Amino acid sequence: MTFLAVEGLTVRIRRGPWLLRGVSLAVAAGEARGLVGESGAGKSMIGKAILGILPRAAEVVSGRILLDGTDLLRLSDRDRRARIGRLCALIPQDPLTALNPARRIGPQITDRLTDILGWDRARAQARAAELLAEVQIADPPRVLKSYPHELSGGMRQRVLIAAAFAAEPKLIVADEPTTALDVTVQREVLRLIAGMQARHGTALLFVTHDLGVVSKVCRRLSVLYAGKVVEDTDVRAFFRTPGHPYSAALLAATPKYTDPDSSLRPVPSAVIDAVRAEVAAWDAAHG
Amino acid sequence: MADLYSVTGLHVSLADMTRKPLLGAAPRIGILHGLTFAIGRGEVVGIVGGSGSGKSTLGRALVRLLEPTAGRILFDGQDIAHLPEPALRPLRRRFQMIFQDPLSSLNPRQTVGTILRAPLALHGLPLARAAEALDAVGLPRAHLARYPHELSGGQRQRVGIARAIALRPDFILADEIVSGLDVSSQAQVLALLETLVRDFSLTLAFISHDLSVVRRLCTRIIVLHQGRIVEDAPAARLFDAPKAEYTRMLLSAIPLPDPDQPWD
Repeated sequence: MTFLAVEGLTVRIRRGPWLLRGVSLAVAAGEARGLVGESGAGKSMIGKAILGILPRAAEVVSGRILLDGTDLLRLSDRDRRARIGRLCALIPQDPLTALNPARRIGPQITDRLTDILGWDRARAQARAAELLAEVQIADPPRVLKSYPHELSGGMRQRVLIAAAFAAEPKLIVADEPTTALDVTVQREVLRLIAGMQARHGTALLFVTHDLGVVSKVCRRLSVLYAGKVVEDTDVRAFFRTPGHPYSAALLAATPKYTDPDSSLRPVPSAVIDAVRAEVAAWDAAHG
Repeated sequence: MADLYSVTGLHVSLADMTRKPLLGAAPRIGILHGLTFAIGRGEVVGIVGGSGSGKSTLGRALVRLLEPTAGRILFDGQDIAHLPEPALRPLRRRFQMIFQDPLSSLNPRQTVGTILRAPLALHGLPLARAAEALDAVGLPRAHLARYPHELSGGQRQRVGIARAIALRPDFILADEIVSGLDVSSQAQVLALLETLVRDFSLTLAFISHDLSVVRRLCTRIIVLHQGRIVEDAPAARLFDAPKAEYTRMLLSAIPLPDPDQPWD
């Protein structure tokens, strides 16, 4: 069953360039979809549009964002925020800027339980401790009383994962959640996200530039270039035979220590020209 | 021919200012604990390790951006470990560095031309080499008049490379120079570096946290963990049969772009 459906989403800077060019994608309940592309391709922008946190300068020109059947863009601001708050959560890229440095970890997790679910403090605190245990934090009572600067990068990212899952959202947007981490910590954090996503049956929209990471976490995949979806496919099919020349070039450019000679190949300029031509054709058709 | 670098018992420790008592000296934190290795002429050495392993500190000691606490660093036979700045200066032309973040290592108020000519002027070299360096990194000479913000990430990193090679150094230290780039620019910059190493018969130390990246470029790899060398081996050997436990752990944690890779 489709939980999230984005249809023809078109976003631009007010009186400026296009950010998203008619993006369509669907995420079934409990499914993990990767959004990949190079910087500036608009992958984070899709997540922001869904969560209603687009930058002020951006405006949605057309399209629909159906969350559990309801078009978010047709709701009043108040109703939209309430619905997104109840159904969605974000795992951000940089745990140090996402956590308030002046507050202890505890309230930063329980906020969601008291504000969104209306729980009392004692119940919320007990749940927060359970969540920290679920993200494999060794001493939850101590961490709940800690400030963000007292935790390592990997621990902070675990706290944010616990906070994201706290109010049992149906959809989580993870925006490059492991980009700042060492590979060994990255593996632990990705396993944790994948494991919790499967256990809680949460739909996941996973934004990343790293095709290796996508192949470990996602079942479906959208490849973006200049705010346009160039390929929407099954992850296994993608890595066997990418369906678009740009996808194939992206895969060939990805470093792979097991196959040094056929990896890290620069993207051929013919491929870039072709995908730019597709984008130009879209622009011409949309004034 | 003797090695270009010969490092013996290199120790670096820094004052831990967070635990400094009000009066008296701050306690020292050891960063590098007695590293011994050599870099031969023409070698392309990868220096890898997790964050906090000391790889950048090692790099900075090699080009004497910091003075080691103890140990010897022989550069072309001369011990530069504690050489005072005036004695170092003429040597600095011979070991150059390319930085991770070109936006913070290129002065935003200077044009590419000014940025490239300053070190040439300092060392009394012909300024025309600035344009030649741009040719070598595949940027049009018109870019001499541009400012860093007008360039893409990959182009900026090429300017950083041009600045280093313009001095015709013997040795270049590249510290995480592709980690901020998209895969397509990453591949281009690495291909460029491969060509330059060959054409200018450079010796290169390439610091990276990404073993997949060093696999392609480097002939030999040094793995650092908590300030110690845990493995130092030819690239092919290291990837085929890693000896150190830590190297095996690093390798197995890399998510390859392949859904069938066993990763658990």
